Amino acid sequence: MLELATHSLLTPAGIDRGDLERALGRLVEGQVDLGDLYFQHRQNEGWSLEDGIVKSGSFSIDQGVGVRAISGTGTGFAYADAINMPALMQAAGNARAIARSGRSGTSAVTRPVHVPALYAADNPVEAVDSASKVDLLRTIDAYTRSLDPRITQVSVSLSCQHESILVAASDGTLAGDVRPLIRLDVRVIAEQGDRRESGNAGGGGRYALSGLMAPESWQKFADEAVRQALVNLEAVDAPAGFMKVVLGPGWPGVLLHEAIGHGLEGDFHRKGISAFGGRMGERIATEHCTVVDDGTLAERRGSLSIDDEGTPSARNVLIENGRLTGLMQDKLNARAMGVEPTGNGRRESFAHLPLPRMTNTYMLPGEHAPEEIIASVDDGIYAVNFNGGQVDITSGKFVFVASEAYRIKNGKLGAPLKGATLIGNGPDVLTRVAMVGNNLELDSGVGVCGKEGQGVPVGVGQPTLRIDGLTVGGTQ
Amino acid sequence: MSQTMTRNSESGAPLLQNPRDERAMLEDAAAQVLTRARAGGADAAEVGLSSSHGRNVTVRLGEVDVLEDARDRGVSVTVYINRASGSASTGDLSAESLARAVDQALAIARHTQPDPAGGLAPAELMASRIEDFDQWHPHELDMSALIERAKRIEQAGMAADARVENSEGASVSADAAIGVYANSHGFVGSGRSTRFDQSCVLVARDGSGMQRDWDWDDKGRFEMLADPESTGRKAAERAVRRLGARSAPSGRSAVLFDNNVALGLIRHLVGAVSGGNLYRRSSFLVDAVGTQLFPEWVRIDEDPHLPGAARSSSFDSEGVATRQQPLIAAGVLKRYVLGSYSARKLGLETTANAGGVRNLIFSPGAKSFDELIADMGRGLVVTEVMGQGVNLVTGDYSRGASGFWVEEGRIAYPVEEITIAGNLRDMFAGLVAAGTDLETRRNVQVPSLLLDGMTIAGQQE
Repeated sequence: MLELATHSLLTPAGIDRGDLERALGRLVEGQVDLGDLYFQHRQNEGWSLEDGIVKSGSFSIDQGVGVRAISGTGTGFAYADAINMPALMQAAGNARAIARSGRSGTSAVTRPVHVPALYAADNPVEAVDSASKVDLLRTIDAYTRSLDPRITQVSVSLSCQHESILVAASDGTLAGDVRPLIRLDVRVIAEQGDRRESGNAGGGGRYALSGLMAPESWQKFADEAVRQALVNLEAVDAPAGFMKVVLGPGWPGVLLHEAIGHGLEGDFHRKGISAFGGRMGERIATEHCTVVDDGTLAERRGSLSIDDEGTPSARNVLIENGRLTGLMQDKLNARAMGVEPTGNGRRESFAHLPLPRMTNTYMLPGEHAPEEIIASVDDGIYAVNFNGGQVDITSGKFVFVASEAYRIKNGKLGAPLKGATLIGNGPDVLTRVAMVGNNLELDSGVGVCGKEGQGVPVGVGQPTLRIDGLTVGGTQ
Repeated sequence: MSQTMTRNSESGAPLLQNPRDERAMLEDAAAQVLTRARAGGADAAEVGLSSSHGRNVTVRLGEVDVLEDARDRGVSVTVYINRASGSASTGDLSAESLARAVDQALAIARHTQPDPAGGLAPAELMASRIEDFDQWHPHELDMSALIERAKRIEQAGMAADARVENSEGASVSADAAIGVYANSHGFVGSGRSTRFDQSCVLVARDGSGMQRDWDWDDKGRFEMLADPESTGRKAAERAVRRLGARSAPSGRSAVLFDNNVALGLIRHLVGAVSGGNLYRRSSFLVDAVGTQLFPEWVRIDEDPHLPGAARSSSFDSEGVATRQQPLIAAGVLKRYVLGSYSARKLGLETTANAGGVRNLIFSPGAKSFDELIADMGRGLVVTEVMGQGVNLVTGDYSRGASGFWVEEGRIAYPVEEITIAGNLRDMFAGLVAAGTDLETRRNVQVPSLLLDGMTIAGQQE
């Protein structure tokens, strides 16, 4: 991967290893603890279908180099949206303004990082021609419309990304990665009488487009979008109040992302503003709960062979049998806290600074059959699909929004419910996990996590869970 | 053509030092793009370009946390061949890169399908006069001035209350931007603006736990920014007043949205009457023009020509001349919010809202925020909502919320970890009163709004 990234990012600009060392040397003059260069080239292509026609397509290319100098916990940052030596040297000179002036340093790139690639370097933008992509969208549209006469609107979109990155740092790191990312989404509107409801489904990951183009892949999304819209046509008002909640497997793991994950990112701990601050080693969940952040899964949307600081990604255990065991770190915060980086330093692009971010966050399976978990609830709700969530990491309060849920009465599933927000408190929600299912699932590959205005692709997952008490924001 | 974010603390030169040259460069690039598009077989083409330069500093606990001096350029082109469209964008404005973007857009347009509603906005609607709305106020500010200001903001906040014991930092930024839009009708329009922003996020703690809140200001003219100390102190007050928050009584009660949260309700209205959601039938307000959505006293107007406002412009993002026009009068929806594409899909005319509304203003009421609290008697003041629980297809609304519980016309205690739920149609119809406190710093300007009733859920019975 390093060779591929070098070939696509540095070779065209005539930049060699000596040039990288020269730029790093300029960057770490004076009192700079760490300097790094982040080269990136990203191609995006998108196609969308609406009203039965593929009516728009878009293409973009972005490339550049981000240059960062860290002095203590202060950061100087510069970027150039061209990759060439003069631009790189100018950016390096500007980024080091964070440090007081001092003598020139030298910096050798002595630690080439070679890790097994978690995904193929295929370029989904080029590997499949435009005509085939357009045909795919039309085929999906026709199939989706044929599923039910109540479907009045169908939109389908396909996006393909291909990205090469290369990191050179004054700590010796030299690492590269080539990352494909694809995604397909199907959205429908169903109408019956004067009711109108929507349904959506989609997925993708870091794999070849042929994986999504196979009918058995996309038909699942189309079937699911239609099923959701039709279920919603029957939905009744959701209850309001504090009650037992059973969460379905897979995407409902957004609970873990919001309630736990953000609060375990190193920057919030370094700054002392996380509701989980100072609780390392303490019990923050029932003994049924083991939660990991794992960037090493093959071909997943949140996976990374190396993070955006050149650190190999890892499987980090955040909570083990209920005890808080790990945080997610980038280099700046790991250094400030006297720990090792964990492979979670990520950035939206060369024009953004790295931050500690999640990759694929999920809970390991327990022993209960999902049916047994539902049967154990006298009065509560079963939530299987969510729109997304949000957390206040300081107060610990988080929400996530159910888009498909059912009432449970006396251990039996009842009517589908209209969408409702669920709200809880991060530090205690996992202390209410009474049962963990044996059915771990990961989401289909649609998550985008936002932090400080930067969006990065992530994954979530979990088995079926029973939580004995969350506030459900219905109207009844 | 390289753009760097400089971090040079000596440099206090105005942002985008030669705005005339920069605009001329963007206009020249626009012309290149349109020429190549026509030569390459496009029947029509349009292009948007922007160039911006900003400086931003963040100070945390008295130390510089991040220094930024960002320069960005971008171009986005759309071409039409027999009503089929293709788009491409890039951050590199060199001639080769522009040519490549046009060629990519053309290649895509050869694969998309003809769309009867596609194409440019009608030529006769293009803005013929481009006015200056007093948005360009360059101010010489070097990094050290920004750092000093950020330190003053944070210090004032940290000193305001002993319970404020931590900070996420104070930031100050200065930005300048130039935008150009041109299309193959021969329309070329440009605009430029400066923005100055300051904000502070503070953390308060007591025996009950930690709470975080913030304050901010944003102006087109540096001299008009709020006192740095007042921003720090308000952030402190807002964080401290949340300490000890608990749940609220569950059930139905009156709700007062403060002017920051109330603007969200009006944004949902705008979303539901926007062309894209209407022609996709993804709105609970399909076919709602002419219907009474609000009580009769409600009036909402759009004024795209408001002097000094960030979004003011003589033309929309398709070149169509903008105009002052009501959205809601006497509580009745007067029109949708349309660009030319959605207008054609709906068989209507564009409302010059390609790119969204510009300065949408909810006419304020006669009572102060405190008077509204007194009028409410018992209920919930909402100062923050969380999550994405708004379904514009159905109007169903369910959000996480925090704020204050009101008893006997006065604030009794802070609340958190509750939900508020209702349906937007009922919430709009159930407006009881608007405050005098119009939030004028936003594109959608709304005062605090009192609603007759929503369902509140918390852990308290």
